[in-house]
Amino acid sequence: MNGIDLTVIWAGIIGFAIVVYVILDGFDLGIGILFPNFAVGPDRDKAMNSIAPVWDGNETWLVLGGGGLLAAFPLAYAIILPALYAPLIAMLLGLILRGVAFEFRWRDPAHRARWDFAFTLGSWVATFAQGITLGALLQGITVEGRAYAGGWWEWLSPFSLLTGAALCAGYALLGSCWLVMKTDGALQRQAYSYAGRTGLLLLIAIAAVSALTPTLEAKYYERWLDYPGILATSQVPLATLIIAFLFFRSLSKRQEIAPFLYALGLFGLCLVGLGISIWPDVIPGRVSIWAAAAPYESQLFMLIGAVILVPIILAYTAWAYWVFRGKVDEAGYH
Amino acid sequence: MIEQEWAILLARIQFAFTVSFHFIFPAFSIGLASYLAVLEGLWLKTGKGVYANLYRYWLKIFAIVFAMGVVSGIVMSYQFGTNWSAFSDKAGPVIGPLMAYEVLTAFFLEAGFLGVMLFGINKVGRKLHFIATLMVALGTFISASWILSVNSWMQTPVGYAINEVGQFVPAAGWWEIIWNPSFPYRLAHTVLAAYLTTAFAVGAVGAWHLLKDSKNPGARKMFSMAMWMAAIVAPVQIFMGDLHGLNTLEHQPAKVMAMEGHYKSHPNGAPLILFGIPNSKEKRVDYAVEIPKASSLILKHDPNAPLAGLDTIPDENEPPVAIVFWSFRIMVGLGFAMMGLGLWSLFARYRKKLYDWPLMHRAALVMGPSGFIAVLAGWVTTEVGRQPYTIYGLLRTADSASPLDAPAVAFSLLAFIVVYFTVFGAGVWYLFRLASKPPEAHEPEPQHAPIRSAGITPAPAIIDGEIEKGDAQ
Ligand code: HDD
Ligand code: HEM
Ligand code: HEM
Repeated sequence: MNGIDLTVIWAGIIGFAIVVYVILDGFDLGIGILFPNFAVGPDRDKAMNSIAPVWDGNETWLVLGGGGLLAAFPLAYAIILPALYAPLIAMLLGLILRGVAFEFRWRDPAHRARWDFAFTLGSWVATFAQGITLGALLQGITVEGRAYAGGWWEWLSPFSLLTGAALCAGYALLGSCWLVMKTDGALQRQAYSYAGRTGLLLLIAIAAVSALTPTLEAKYYERWLDYPGILATSQVPLATLIIAFLFFRSLSKRQEIAPFLYALGLFGLCLVGLGISIWPDVIPGRVSIWAAAAPYESQLFMLIGAVILVPIILAYTAWAYWVFRGKVDEAGYH
Repeated sequence: MIEQEWAILLARIQFAFTVSFHFIFPAFSIGLASYLAVLEGLWLKTGKGVYANLYRYWLKIFAIVFAMGVVSGIVMSYQFGTNWSAFSDKAGPVIGPLMAYEVLTAFFLEAGFLGVMLFGINKVGRKLHFIATLMVALGTFISASWILSVNSWMQTPVGYAINEVGQFVPAAGWWEIIWNPSFPYRLAHTVLAAYLTTAFAVGAVGAWHLLKDSKNPGARKMFSMAMWMAAIVAPVQIFMGDLHGLNTLEHQPAKVMAMEGHYKSHPNGAPLILFGIPNSKEKRVDYAVEIPKASSLILKHDPNAPLAGLDTIPDENEPPVAIVFWSFRIMVGLGFAMMGLGLWSLFARYRKKLYDWPLMHRAALVMGPSGFIAVLAGWVTTEVGRQPYTIYGLLRTADSASPLDAPAVAFSLLAFIVVYFTVFGAGVWYLFRLASKPPEAHEPEPQHAPIRSAGITPAPAIIDGEIEKGDAQ
């Protein structure tokens, strides 16, 4: 039926928005995470300037993810957001601190250290909270009828803390790889070294999360480990190993663009893994995408807009990146 | 049950707090973006340096305002789910797509071109840069349109059906939903409000610098432009407000009764209560100063027309009267004060004293925040006046909230208050600091200048990591 097709398409669009968000704001937040390690002065200014013109557009994908969820899967939006109340509020507050720091640090040289700290704190909090959100979703949410029915601490568990930490490592990796591309000299050397270290941390975290996930729900276990499915699912860890190898090789060869692409590859594989675990649910084990879907008319109306507008958005976003291509220095873009 | 009521009350306070903060920034940036587009257009057309200087002067302010608007807006878009999940589940199929369109047509447009607008003039050239400015301005307008359509649909819902699980679903065409009965009025009134807000803020900055140096060309130009806006737009706004009120009378009569303080019905001509103290217990307005029959004259264009009062509405469906009564008077009072200053400025132009009339400049300075106050007062009228419903007549506020424990909401509210006051307080302080510096007479033209309005500082100025005077241009 038509309705069913649209629901799948919308799941795909929202998945796409989330992937794009994770990649784009991932490197912004990663730079925030690493920020205190950069020398005060030109290095910090360069790191900041490498994302100043684009962070707002990057963050907009988060708004599309949330808004799209409300529009296409209102029930999921209505259950997930209250369930993850504390981490989501923390994320929003973190994003506020990080977002205003871009402007304020230049406006107030006397208190620049303070806004640099706000930038870092906001980035850590937002990232950690996003990671917790993911973990909490995977481990399951209590639902009764059409509403969340757990308490306000249900999201907190060792597993969700682990996914929170994992995402911090992952974003820091993206941030360092971005700086490898956009800077040179001492800052770039520093970025190379962080890329190696955070890459290693991320791999360890991926291994831990992967080992634990099948224990959370019987369904995940079957999905990943039952024969013959395992023949297909085992390709994911295999590919992860290969990309990890290529990633470290590109670092040691001092390639500039390749590390970023391989890091994206690692993220892509994690998301594929996530998809394998939860498809076709929006709230794993509780609510499927069809149960949460908005009516056909709502989905169709938005789809028309999305089909026309998303390519246009991608085009002018690409243009904006193109305008600010190349290496950055503390005086802005050459 | 009591705990539940606390949770809802806290959620309402939190929503009102965060949305009020949010709206302060768009109210300014909608107007400022258009103002910047006009300045850049005039500069391209005439080549006069004063426009370029003013563009660069206000661009720095715009960057800060915009950043605060963005971060506070993201909070709003998530808060529907975190705090009003029952509402989101039920209304999502109707309002969700409109908000998704806002993201697709407006937020990306603003964000995509903002970087170029702030940092890119010497990378893309003047024409493309002007287009970027126009796109940002257009984006702010489109954004306002969608969100106001959403809000208006909640005030005057049409074109829906209710499905088997209790959700509002689109039943008529989307056109009808988007152009719901109160939307055109609310859009016109709010966009004009944003222009007025900006005009009075810009005018106050101009006045401040004129008071110190009435020859500063930048200060003269911005003051003059702002006063033209005030003189033209304030009367139009009052007219629009009247139309908006008539429309509200048609669709949400209880709100108008609260605005007017009409506890009782008036079968032959209702008085216009200018001031007084609404007394909801006794259901009357104490110490009322009123003009007989004037309310019927304004609302019905007939002094003897009957007007129903709150006595026709069951108590549990009444909005809180005092808040609505007062906020409405604040807004209207400021509207007339704005028109007054606009007329004064016309008189000053006629007497060729626009730049040398310190008393008027002081008045303009005092009126600087009037737009922000009027805008907030207007929204309080609108939102509190539609209580006790979130979707007017159909879904009660009490049935809209998330199943959250009161302590969770109390903590988040506290966190919002602390973070908003420190962060946005600092931001507003920086705005004052920027605006307290006069526009320089000989700023370099944008295409030669190292553009770094927000993040990027010219190399010579940054040695030792310190920004110096160069940044203040
Ligand atoms: C600069 C700001 C400003 C000024 C000077 C005025 N307003 Fe206003 N008013 C707004 C800014 C605003 C607003 C914040 O934009 C509101 C809130 C929601 C809306 O649609 O516009 C509003 C709402 C609003 C409403 C509520 C409509 C509803 O909720 O259904 C009415 C009846 C009026 N206005 C009427 C007036 C009148 C008669 C004015 C004449 C002096 C006036 N306004 C001046
Ligand atoms: C931007 C200016 C706005 C201001 C200052 C404002 C103000 C308020 C206030 C004061 C309340 C609390 C009312 C009460 O509890 O008595 C409220 C509630 C609410 N408003 Fe607004 N509002 C604004 C815009 C909007 C818009 C554009 C929307 C929708 C798109 C909206 C949706 C809501 C919702 C869902 C609630 C919670 C339910 C309720 O308490 O009524 N508001 N707002
Ligand atoms: C509850 C209602 C509201 C929600 C959910 C909301 C949501 C948002 C979001 C998510 C952003 C950030 C966009 C970005 O990432 O670039 C934003 C900014 C903005 N919003 Fe709101 N908003 C609300 C009320 C309003 C109202 C009432 C208006 C205007 C009438 C408005 C106009 C704008 C504009 C022009 C911006 C651009 C940033 C700026 O100009 O400061 N919003 N809003």
